[in-house]
This record gives sequence, structure tokens and C-alpha cells, in this order.
Amino acid sequence: MGAVSRFRDPQIEMAHGAGGKASRRLVEGLFAPLLSAHSSGPLGDAAHLNIDGGSLAITTDSFVVKPLMFPGGSIGELAVNGTMNDLAVSGAKGEAMVATFILEEGLPTSVLEREVRAMAAALHKAGVALVGGDTKVVERGKADGMYITTTGIGRPLPQVKIDTRSVRPRDKIILSGPIGDHGITILLARGDLDLEADLRSDTRCVLSLIEAMVAEAGPGIRWMRDPTRGGVATSLNELARDCGLGMVLLEEEIPMRDEVRGACELLGLDPLHIANEGQFLAVVAPEYVDAALNALNRAEGGDDALVIGEVRAEPACAVLVTTRYGGSRIVDMLVGDPLPRIC
Amino acid sequence: MRYVDEFRDPELITKAAEEIHRLANTGKHYRIMEVCGGHTHAIYRFGLKDVLPSNIELIHGPGCPVCVLPMGRIDDGLAVAKQADVIFAAFGDMMRVPGTHGSPFEHKARGTDVRIVYSPADALQLARKNPQRHVMFFAIGFETTAPSTALTLMRAKAEGVGNFSVFCNHVTIIPAMRAILDSPDMRLDAFIGPGHVSTVIGCRPYEWIASTEGMPIVTSGFEPLDLLQSIVMILRQLRAGEARVENQYKRVVPWEGNRAALKAMAEVFQLRPYFEWRGLGFISQSALRVRDEYSQWDAERRFPIPNTRVTDPKAAQCGEVLKGVLKPAQCKLFGKECAPEHPIGALMVSSEGSCAAYYNYEHRKTAAAMLTSIASVA
Repeated sequence: MGAVSRFRDPQIEMAHGAGGKASRRLVEGLFAPLLSAHSSGPLGDAAHLNIDGGSLAITTDSFVVKPLMFPGGSIGELAVNGTMNDLAVSGAKGEAMVATFILEEGLPTSVLEREVRAMAAALHKAGVALVGGDTKVVERGKADGMYITTTGIGRPLPQVKIDTRSVRPRDKIILSGPIGDHGITILLARGDLDLEADLRSDTRCVLSLIEAMVAEAGPGIRWMRDPTRGGVATSLNELARDCGLGMVLLEEEIPMRDEVRGACELLGLDPLHIANEGQFLAVVAPEYVDAALNALNRAEGGDDALVIGEVRAEPACAVLVTTRYGGSRIVDMLVGDPLPRIC
Repeated sequence: MRYVDEFRDPELITKAAEEIHRLANTGKHYRIMEVCGGHTHAIYRFGLKDVLPSNIELIHGPGCPVCVLPMGRIDDGLAVAKQADVIFAAFGDMMRVPGTHGSPFEHKARGTDVRIVYSPADALQLARKNPQRHVMFFAIGFETTAPSTALTLMRAKAEGVGNFSVFCNHVTIIPAMRAILDSPDMRLDAFIGPGHVSTVIGCRPYEWIASTEGMPIVTSGFEPLDLLQSIVMILRQLRAGEARVENQYKRVVPWEGNRAALKAMAEVFQLRPYFEWRGLGFISQSALRVRDEYSQWDAERRFPIPNTRVTDPKAAQCGEVLKGVLKPAQCKLFGKECAPEHPIGALMVSSEGSCAAYYNYEHRKTAAAMLTSIASVA
């Protein structure tokens, strides 16, 4: 019995890697039915498995960011933090990692060493061991310097259970800090625009923040996600579709730096679609929201965390942004790819 | 952020909205067309319909340059890029606009060298950096973008950059507004005049709308307060029985326009005898071509052009939507066969297209969601 693909796009385009609608079409239409037909339920950031009575979490991520280095970080650091964050928002603490390097012929050793050192520092900070890896080299011109794939294995945090089906109307939506720093930093670092801003990527491991929140409000945490490619809007749209409810945000509460806002205004981008590498979203039951926020605000790097909105029954399966003056708009998932290869 | 925050101030916006409710409380129905796609986008983006009384109907006009471009022009541009092996450079807005055999992005995935640029000057820079390749800038836009294309061509000529050309699709706004007013199925009370176009052409070219057509027109900025203030100005004129050109966007739009920009356009471009507009058909003297003095940089003279003519799919009602006769959701294909991820017409692609704006920001709002939006959430 052959599995059936529902993916009808005739060829792969950049948008299929942008984390938005096209990516979802590819994953749900081709990869999931052909490769994991027996798994059910919504696709999360990491899989939680039971093996011989013990449970573990596993996730994998590839990094193809261009340029390799940017203000606030580089591909090596991103490759560790990104995978650790995927584990963290699934409710797991990273324990070990394996890495695959695809290197381009001609890559200066100094660049490679710099990135390996960046990985080592990030691993050390996250308290994670690298336990294996693989290296391949491709001809000059076939890769932009280097690509890194990392796979992380983690231990589920016992006090928290992430499940989109547990999300209820009146639950609060928490955001850990200002949005858009990473995407706009990368855009500016490419130097295609004559724009300058004092902006750095927000890349960081969010595990310590999540641990702090889980310790105080674990039973009230229904869902978490790190809004990377496709931004906050795409993550919340995925949640809205998976749980059948509406995510209602208050525009004026969504934190972002003036530099991000200015660049988005100028370029016609929606900050809610811009990638982040050091933030997360959490949906928390109303009776736990104060505890969760207090824990985050007390933790290092969590002082900007705040409630940006609420889960409602309507608009079902959609994200609605409202303003104080009474105007509102639906914000959809990212369509197309305004900023390819940001992580 | 200056020039933004003060125009999004909830208190001021609420006051302006209240003034509109007061002025519009006449029992009449007002049909106001915003000509410019940027305004259409802003109206949906800021949810302004939510704060307007129900007897004010905003009609979306033809001022989205990507949307009015016939598919044949995109096909022609991509055909040149493929056959002559040139770099096809265009604004990001163009990239997902469908041609007969796919959008520029789909052509890129098949091997055509397609690049996004943020200005024609970037395209010229691309040519300087790639002296062994030819760079063709696929130019679109009203008078807003035409001056920058003109200045770029002047620079290319001055520097003698030989591997650069422009595939010119620039159009002019006044003939399109005339065509709208000439259309028998259109009844309007007033115009919200284009903001960016007016920074170049000024406010004088609209005077005939007030004097001959007897309709108020107010050039407007793009922030929520700008648009509401413009509607206030329009309602005041209508209630006083006046028809004048007014300028709400004074901080940017000079009454006389931008002489330097107009001069550059006149130096490089001349009017085409006629040009095809999607939805509006052929309109005489409504578009620009590159003058003979710059023919070396004119892609249409440099390369063989197939002159493709494509009839729009019958079921798609882009033309009616472009003219404001139909609302986006009234098109039979809206949200079904035609959606942002698989668009049939450019109106569903461009950020300034009314179908995309309506689809993205509005159409899944329900009555219950609207109640939600009025209450504070955080």
C-alpha cells in the first residue's frame, strides 16, 4: 500500500523553506504522509518518545543562514541555540547533541574554527554535550561556506505537558521579549539595503527562562513555541488551526524596538512575520499567568516578558490583531518568503 | 517613532472617527474611492472600516501598479530574461505575480536569473558589479517610481553603463482616474487622492475632478489619522455642497509637485500613444516609454519582444474589482481558486492589491470576532 502525497506544487521554491504556508503544505502534504504516516496529532517542535519506559525528546534543525556572521551571533551559535530552543519549547531540557557539517571547498579554516568555537561556547552555556557528528565537503560554489545540521536529544521536564488540544478560551498569550531583532539584523547584515541600525540578533538559549516559568506555573502551561521563521504570526496561526480557536492580540502591547519597527515600515514588512531566535510564546491558563510572568520577569533576560493577548473562541482558527482605537485585522501565516535563509 | 506614532494615536483616531460619525449622520450613503493601493492596504491593515459608520463605503481604486499590469507584459519580460540570458531585476512586489507560465519566482526556481532590488539604482549597481552580464530592470509604478527609473537611466547614460536596460511599464494616474469616471457603472461621491503620486505631480492635475466632475478630492497620507482626517475633509465639503482639491498630506505633498522629479521624467520618458491596463483595457496616453535619446537602455528596443497578449481567465473578475465595481469577496474565485498562496490575479499578490488586503486582514473576521476586537484583551 503506497502512502498518498497531497503535495501538488510542481517544484520547490524558496517559500517552501520559509516556515510559512508553503512549508506547512510541504511537510503536511508530502513528508508527514509518506514518512510518518503512523504518527498522529499536530506537528510540534520536538517529538517526545517513550523507549523502554523512559521518555525522551528529539528534534533536528538545519542552518543555512547567509551571511555566516551577523551582529549578535553567527551560524555556529545559532545551530546550538536553535535546536536547544526547539527542545525547550516542547517542554524538554537538552542533554546531548550531534552535528553534521556540510562544508564548501575553499572555506577558510579560520572561518570554520571560529564557528566551531562559537558552537562550543553555546554548548557550554547550555550545559549540553556534543556526542557525535559527520562532515561532508561539496565543490566550490555548491554551498555558501557552510551549512550545519544539529540534532538534539533532551529529557522532558516533568512539571509541564505541552498539548495544543489543552488550549482553552481565556488562556493568556505570553511573549518573552521584543520581536523581529533576528530577521531584521540578518536583512541589514546582507548589505543589500542602504540601511543601518544599531541592532543585534536575539539568538540565545531560552531554556533557563522556560525552566523558571515551568517551576512556578508548570501545570498552567498549555503550549509553547519559539517563533523563528514566519514569526509570531505564523506560530500563533499554527496553534489557532491546531486547536480550532482564535488568538486575539493587542497591537500596542506587542513589544519591538524602534529599529525593527522602522525597518518594517520602510520595507512594508509585518513585524509579526519576522523571525526571532531568542524568544518564545507561551499559552498559559489564566489562573497561572501572574505566576508565570513573575517567574519570567525575575529570571535573567526575562524582564521584557509580557501578556500580548488572549485565546478566544472567535475568530476560529485565526489570529486577530486589535488596536486601542477599535480597528482590527486578521494576520495570516507568512505567504511567500520576504527574507530567505535567515537561519 | 516620529511621523508615525502621532498619526496612530488612539485618542486622536477616536476623535476623528467621532467627527466622521457626526458629519455622516445625514441618512445619505457616501461612496468614496481611495485611488491608491497604498491607501487600500492601510485601510485594511489598520482596520479602519471597523471605526467608520456603515453609510461610508470605501471603493478601492486602480492605483496598484502591479495589479493593473497585463499578464502579457510579465510574460514578455520573463521571455526576454530567458532568451537573452539577462538578469531580471524587479521590486519584491513583482516576484509572485503570475505570468502565463508562472511567476518570476517560479521562473527563478527553473533557472532564470531573477533578483529582487529595492530601487532601480540597485539594479544599476548590479550591472556595474556584473560587467559580463546584462541587467534588465523590470520597471513598474505610477509617477511615484518613474522619477527614480528616469534618474537611474540618466546615470547609466552619463556613466556609459552598456549592460543595463529598463523594461518600462510605468503608467500615469490621471488617465486611469478619467477611465474610472467615464465608466458607466461607476457612481462616486468623492476621491481620497493618491499620496505618493502627488508628491511628484502635486495637486493641480486633479483640479478637473473638482471643477468638471463636481467632486471633492483630498490627497491623503497613509497613517490611520491621515485617512480619517481626509474623510472628515471630504464630508465637510460634501455637506457644504463644495467640490475642491484639498491637501491633507501637506507634510509631504507640495501643491505644485516636485519639479526636479518631473523634469527627470520629461527628460527620459515620453507618453505612449496607448497602453493596455488590466481590467480597464487600452487607455490612450496613459503610460510612459523610454525616449529615443535613451534607446540604448530601452529593453523593448534592445531585445526582441514577443508582445504577448493574454486574456484573463474568464471566471476571474479582476477588472471589475480593479474598477471598484465589485468588492474582492464578490469575485467568484475569491478565497477559493484564488488565494495569496495560489493567486490567479495580481490583486491577490501585491501588498497593495485590494484582494490580498481583504483576504489577509479582513475576510475571516466574524461578527463575534468584531465584538472581541472592541474589548481590550491584554
